[in-house]
Amino acid sequence: MIYLTRRVEFYASHYYNNPEFSAEENRRIFGKCNNPHGHGHNYILEVTVRGEIDSRSGFVMDLKQLKEIMNREVVDALDHRHLNKEVPEFAHQIPTSENIAIAIWKRLTPKLKLAQLHRVRLYETADLFVDFYGEA
Amino acid sequence: MKAHLTRRYRFSASHRLHNESMSPEENLATYGKCNNPYGHGHNYIVEVTVSGQVEPSTGMVCNLVDLDGFVEEQIVNRYDHMNLNTVDEFQKLVPTTENLCVEIFHRLQKGFRPAKVERVRIEETMMNSFEYAGGGELAH
Repeated sequence: MIYLTRRVEFYASHYYNNPEFSAEENRRIFGKCNNPHGHGHNYILEVTVRGEIDSRSGFVMDLKQLKEIMNREVVDALDHRHLNKEVPEFAHQIPTSENIAIAIWKRLTPKLKLAQLHRVRLYETADLFVDFYGEA
Repeated sequence: MKAHLTRRYRFSASHRLHNESMSPEENLATYGKCNNPYGHGHNYIVEVTVSGQVEPSTGMVCNLVDLDGFVEEQIVNRYDHMNLNTVDEFQKLVPTTENLCVEIFHRLQKGFRPAKVERVRIEETMMNSFEYAGGGELAH
């Protein structure tokens, strides 16, 4: 078994608000992230897949193919978008890094045939990242 | 859904690696330049990883305000701009970054309630780092 990680960047805006909370509760729980005009991040996504090395190609999977899947399923949908307003997963769910990582996992996992998705790591800033391993 | 969240913190401190039960020669042989009696310092980076279910109403494993507040109070304020050899836990324990890592992990695990503390990783310099996850193997 060998692990392969590919990194990609995207830039997006978001804000945190739960309509079931009062305005005061939203401000208290989410702080500056509750600003209704939104704010943005340079997200860095690391996708790790695992599998056996194919004896003929020497690959776990073709890196170009992984790049295309990541671009098509994630970057095209999230880059330069307002996550709350333009990405369907976040119409009724708060686009925290936790939820974004889970949404990315769900987008990628059915598209990977040869290798198995191992980890989605999403950096919101250089000092904050979330890992999702597909655990229930 | 269970997710892992990692946050990085920084503090600067000095230390001297020296074991009273060793001879001066043995200390020097074991710790080299780190045995300099006047000590030396590092800009430490501490990565704290916590895990838990993503709470549906907030989308969070735990509120970062709680994690930041706890780590600042219990770890950063305790060690920042200190000589580690003068801190209680290093009176009888050499303040190697291994020992610092274990100490920080236990402090966090003992006191932080909103999520499970999975791992502490410390970068002593850009070239070396240490990880502790409670003694077992790293979860992932």
